[in-house]
Amino acid sequence: MSGPARRLPTRAGMSSGSDTAFRYLILALASVIVLVFLVSLYLLGKDSWPALQRFGVEFFTQRTWNPVTGIFGAAAMITGTLVTSFAALIISVPLAIASALFVAEYAPRWLADPVGYLIELLAAIPSVVYGLWALFVIAPVLAKWQITFFNPEYPERLALYTKCAGIWAQDQTTLQCFFVPSSGAGRGLALAVIILTVMILPYTASVARDVIRLVPADQREAMYALGATKWEVISRAILPYARAGIMGGVILALGRALGETLAVAMVIGDSQDIIKSIWGNASTMASVIANQFGDAQETLHRSSVITLGFILFFVSVAVNLLARVLIQRLTPQGVK
Amino acid sequence: MGTTATSKSRVTAGLSIARKAQNAVMGSLILLATLLVVAPLILIFVYLIREGLGAINLDFFTKVPAPEGETGGGLLNAIAGSLSMLAMASVFGVLIGLAGGIFLAEYPRHPLMPTIRLVSDVLSGIPAIVMGLVAYGLIVLNFGFSGFAGAVALGFLMIPIVVRTTEEVLKLVPQTVREAGLSLGLPQWLVTLRIVLPAAAGGIITGVMLALARVAGEAAPLLFTAFGNPNVNLDPTKPMSALPLEIYRGATSAYDENQRMAKAGALLLIVLIFVTSLLARRFSRKI
Repeated sequence: MSGPARRLPTRAGMSSGSDTAFRYLILALASVIVLVFLVSLYLLGKDSWPALQRFGVEFFTQRTWNPVTGIFGAAAMITGTLVTSFAALIISVPLAIASALFVAEYAPRWLADPVGYLIELLAAIPSVVYGLWALFVIAPVLAKWQITFFNPEYPERLALYTKCAGIWAQDQTTLQCFFVPSSGAGRGLALAVIILTVMILPYTASVARDVIRLVPADQREAMYALGATKWEVISRAILPYARAGIMGGVILALGRALGETLAVAMVIGDSQDIIKSIWGNASTMASVIANQFGDAQETLHRSSVITLGFILFFVSVAVNLLARVLIQRLTPQGVK
Repeated sequence: MGTTATSKSRVTAGLSIARKAQNAVMGSLILLATLLVVAPLILIFVYLIREGLGAINLDFFTKVPAPEGETGGGLLNAIAGSLSMLAMASVFGVLIGLAGGIFLAEYPRHPLMPTIRLVSDVLSGIPAIVMGLVAYGLIVLNFGFSGFAGAVALGFLMIPIVVRTTEEVLKLVPQTVREAGLSLGLPQWLVTLRIVLPAAAGGIITGVMLALARVAGEAAPLLFTAFGNPNVNLDPTKPMSALPLEIYRGATSAYDENQRMAKAGALLLIVLIFVTSLLARRFSRKI
C-alpha cells in the first residue's frame, strides 16, 4: 500500500501510461514558456538586423536619430534611459528602505499591515494613470517653479546661484544645465525622474521589507541587550544583515525603471537630442518605441525602433538575473 | 567581565543624549519618508475622484466617445474591448501559467525544471512594451491590428505571474495529501488534478486575479497590437479599444472633454484594479 507513495517523486508504477501522458502534456504546455522567450528573441533579433547591419556599433554611439535623413543612432535614448533610471533609483532607494523599516520595525501591527498594503497598491497603479497625473498635476507645479527659481531671464538670480554654488562650479556653463527651462510647460527629464521615482518605490520597498523581516530576532535582541538604541540596532544589526537582499530589490526596481514606458513617454517631452538640461526634453528607449513605432513606415526606421526593444530585452534579462542571484544569496541563511 | 561593564556604563552615561537625539532624528526621518511614499497614492486617488467622478454616469457605460471637440459620450468601446481582450488573454495565459506552475511544483526533479523556472522568472522582468513588439511581429505583421494580437501580448505578460503563484501555493499543499490520494490507488495525474489542484484553488484564483489586475492597466503593449477603436467591437480579428488606451489618448489630447473622459476612465480602472487585488488578498487569507 505504501509503495506508490514512496515512489511519488518519480513514477507511480501502477498506472504509468496515463501518468506519462499527463506528464508530457504538462511539460508541453510548460515548454510554451520557453518557446515564448525564444520566439521573442528570434523576432526581435530578426527585425533588428537591418539597422544593426547598416549602423553596427555606431547605432550605440551615434547621437543623431533622424528619420528624414535615415540616420539612426541611439546614444541620446540610451543616455536618457540610464540618466532617468539611475536618478530615480538614487532618490527612491532611501525612501523605499525607510518605508520598509517603518513597516517592519517601527509600526505597530494594526498600522504596519495597512501601510504595507498601501505601498503595494502603488505598484498596482497603471503606468498610464501615473502619466496622466504627472501631466495634469505635477507638470504645472514644476513649470511654476522653473519660472520662479530657475529662470535665466533674471540675471541677478543666476549670479546669486552661481555665487552660492561657487564651491563646486566656477563657471556659468556648468550651471546652465539647471537654468534652461523646458518648452513643454513642466514636461521634460526632471518630471520623468520624479514620476519614475514614485513608480519604482514599491518594488524596492516590498523586497526590503521582506528581507528585513528575515533578519533573525537574536540579532536584534543581542544588540538591545547591550543597551543599543533602535536606530543603532537598525544601522548595525539589521541593515548590514539584509544588505544583499535589499540590493536585489534595488536592482529589480532598476529593471522596472529601464523598461517603464507610457508614464515616461507622456511626460519626458520626446526630444531625440542628447540631454543638455535637467529641465529639458529628452527621451528613453521605451518612450521612443511608444512614440515612434506606430509612425515608423520606412524599414530602417522601424528596424531601428525594434533594435531599441532588443536592447531593452537584453538589459532586462541581465538585470533580472543579477537581482535574483542577490536575493537568493540572502535567503538560505536568512530563513533559519 | 569588568571591561564590558565599564564600557557599557560609559556608553549609556556619556553618549546617551547624542545617541537619543540621533535615534529620534532617524525615527522621524523614517516616518517622514513613509508619509512621502504613501502620499502619491492618496493624491492620485483624491485627484481622480475630484476630476473624474462627475463624468461617471449611465452614458459613461453605455456610449462610445463623442467626436473630437464635442461633449458627452462614454467609454463603452474601451470597457468592452478591455473585457474581451482580458478574457482572451486569460484563456492561454492561465492555461500555460497553470501548467508551468504544476510542472515546477509537481515534477521538481525533471531535468527541464530549472530551465523553465529561470525563463519564467526572466520573462516577468521583460518590459511590457517589448512584449508588444513581439506580438506585433508574431501576429500583426501577418494578420493586421486586432484585439487578438493585443490579447496575445497581455497573455504573455500574465504567464509568469500565474506560474509563480501556482507553484507557490501547490508547494503549500502537504505531501501527506498526495500520499493519501496515491494510497487510495489513484494514478498521480488524478491526484494532481482532483486532489492537489482543488486544495490549492484559492491561491491559484488569487494568482490569476493578480495577473489580471496587473495586465488590465497595460496600455504600452496595446498601442500597436490592439491599436484602439472608436466603436464597440467584439470581433477579435479587428482593432479593439481598451481602457488604458483611451486614458492614454484622452490624457494626451488637447480637448477638455477627452481629458475628462480619460480621468473618469482612470478612476474606473484603478478602482477595478484595487478591488481585484483586495479581493485576491481576502481569498489568499482564507486558505
